Amino acid sequence: MSAAATKKAPEKAGKKSVETAPESSGSGATAKNIVQKIWDAHVVTRIEGHPNVFAIDLMLLHEVTSAQAFQLIETRGIQVFDPTRLLATIDHSTPTRQNRWEIYDEAARTQVETLRSNCKKHNIPFLDFDSGKQGIVHVVGPELGVTQPGMTIVCGDSHTSTHGAFGALAFGVGTSEVAHVMATGCLLQKQPQSMKVEFKGRFRRGVYAKDAILKLIGEIGVGGANGHVIEYVGEAVRAMSMEERMTVCNMSIECGARAGLIAPDETTFNYLKGRAHAPCAEKWDEAVEYWKSFASDENAKYDKSVVIDLDKLEPIVTWGTNPAQSVSLGERIPKLETMAANDKAVAVRALEYTKLKEQQVLEGTPVEWAFVGSCTNGRIEDLRIVAEILKGRKVNPAVTMYVVPGSEAVMKRCQEEGLDEIFCAAGADFRMPGCSMCLAMNDDQVPPGKRCISSSNRNFVGRQGPDSITHLASPATVAASAIAGCITSPAQYV
Amino acid sequence: MSLIPKVTTVTSKAMPVPMKDVDTDLIIPAQFLTSISKDGYGANVFRRLRDNDPNFPINRKEFDGASILVTDSNFGCGSSREHAVWALTGAGFKVVIAKSFSDIFYNNSAKNALLLVVLEDKVVDEILQSAKNADYEVTVDLESQTVVLPDGRSYKFEYDQFRKHCMLNGLDDIEYIRSHTADIQEFRNRQEQQRYMTTRGA
Repeated sequence: MSAAATKKAPEKAGKKSVETAPESSGSGATAKNIVQKIWDAHVVTRIEGHPNVFAIDLMLLHEVTSAQAFQLIETRGIQVFDPTRLLATIDHSTPTRQNRWEIYDEAARTQVETLRSNCKKHNIPFLDFDSGKQGIVHVVGPELGVTQPGMTIVCGDSHTSTHGAFGALAFGVGTSEVAHVMATGCLLQKQPQSMKVEFKGRFRRGVYAKDAILKLIGEIGVGGANGHVIEYVGEAVRAMSMEERMTVCNMSIECGARAGLIAPDETTFNYLKGRAHAPCAEKWDEAVEYWKSFASDENAKYDKSVVIDLDKLEPIVTWGTNPAQSVSLGERIPKLETMAANDKAVAVRALEYTKLKEQQVLEGTPVEWAFVGSCTNGRIEDLRIVAEILKGRKVNPAVTMYVVPGSEAVMKRCQEEGLDEIFCAAGADFRMPGCSMCLAMNDDQVPPGKRCISSSNRNFVGRQGPDSITHLASPATVAASAIAGCITSPAQYV
Repeated sequence: MSLIPKVTTVTSKAMPVPMKDVDTDLIIPAQFLTSISKDGYGANVFRRLRDNDPNFPINRKEFDGASILVTDSNFGCGSSREHAVWALTGAGFKVVIAKSFSDIFYNNSAKNALLLVVLEDKVVDEILQSAKNADYEVTVDLESQTVVLPDGRSYKFEYDQFRKHCMLNGLDDIEYIRSHTADIQEFRNRQEQQRYMTTRGA
């Protein structure tokens, strides 16, 4: 059944958040964008007035959003539909100290053990501690090659958008939908709208993918892409490595986008080649041809469009309590009177929480904690940049710095390349893989009242610990600030 | 068979939270997510806000029993944690009225019979103002898709018809999807030729 047969658009469920675009889903003769192509390739049923039954190629599982889903299917007596499309690991509530097998928090321990035993019971591949593969769910998927172009990927975690870097349609879902996919391999979904974001130009010295995505979020706001999937295009995107693309796609959710993706190219194929779950040699060429079909047609339409010029982009740091409240280093926190009334009220509250003032220059603000890690910036390229800056230098005595590799594989690379020794010599704490200090769900928390400069993705009130203050930045900016003991640009070091 | 609570008409005093971009970390902080149960989150809904402000509505006795929450725009942004919805329903909320909602939160709410109502900005602003004294009783009716204010004025809200049918009848998605098992099987068989990924052996 083609989309053109759907005569009546289902009623809009909300003004800004959930909307359909039946006209743009098009028949074979219409130019389609990559979102529409992946959508059309995964719709199982199209019934007028109903959401689509939509096939999910891969679901990743972690311990926080899976227990109740397993309970649901077991209560209903439903078997897991296809365990070979599921992959589980433990990351959010796990300790990052050396003796992490001992989980002191009873609830966290129960959560981890529950996932371990559920995977065993239902025959779901599980990446446990010391398997060589455990880590943050959005780091390990790509590493293993399970994330591939043209796929639909979900996980009970909003940063599932990370996998969009491979040209997959990847989005976060709640625990109930996790259960739906476990039971049926499908979800009920309405087709999202699409937004094109073009990154023009090239990065200056000391400026990175993290700064680019923070810039976008600052421009369009935390709800700016609600109801949309973003396709990132442009010369700057094509020049990015896969890890840089993952950083960009990861934070798509922070401007309200369901998902963000980048059409695959040679960079993508080269990254995937030879990975454990990538297509084998005999199927490789055929797979690449199939993957190449997931690119937007030349005249494809989008519901919204934004252009960001990177040529003049400076390192960016957040000052407030959402990822859009940011400035370039060297600029001042905006004047409250220049803001719209609604934004002003939010800003007043934010500045009270972060103990800053309007018009204040962020650079030079003292920090007590520095965190490098997370699904946004916890990969080997991120840690190499940090090591390059820390080499031969010392973390400021007033700063506690955690460097947390995104996975056991990343940790091993760090050890092979001697990065771990650089971190330790500088006085940073190089820890075991996990989500760690990104969110206060495990032992790694920023103490109350302390200020942390962080390579993670959210600076909400209390995100890294009750009454803690978070400043989001690139790993390079985090490293430079850790040395200086205050927020500062990495440009002097790179 | 009703698998989730049914939603029809809710009449209650409205509790105003006049903040935009309320994220799910604010609704339920991560430290409370280590439970493997679906219950018990209600006691910690808005934990950061209620701990820091004695006048936050949940802390005020006058708002006890309120089952309609009213807020600003982009409610429920941030993390996909469905625990945010469980915290709201656990605390007794059956309806949230706002100018807009985040996508993931919107989907999660429908799975738990939490009715999300989008009204025009100026109407929401009026309710936020009027509801401050905990004596502003509002009726929300899903069947007629109306919100009725104390003075009798009523406003229609849009709502997806399929979702409405599920909410009125307490239906969840699993049985609906499973009713299409033959289609799903056929789809998967066709797709098998271009399947290049299995997690087997991981």
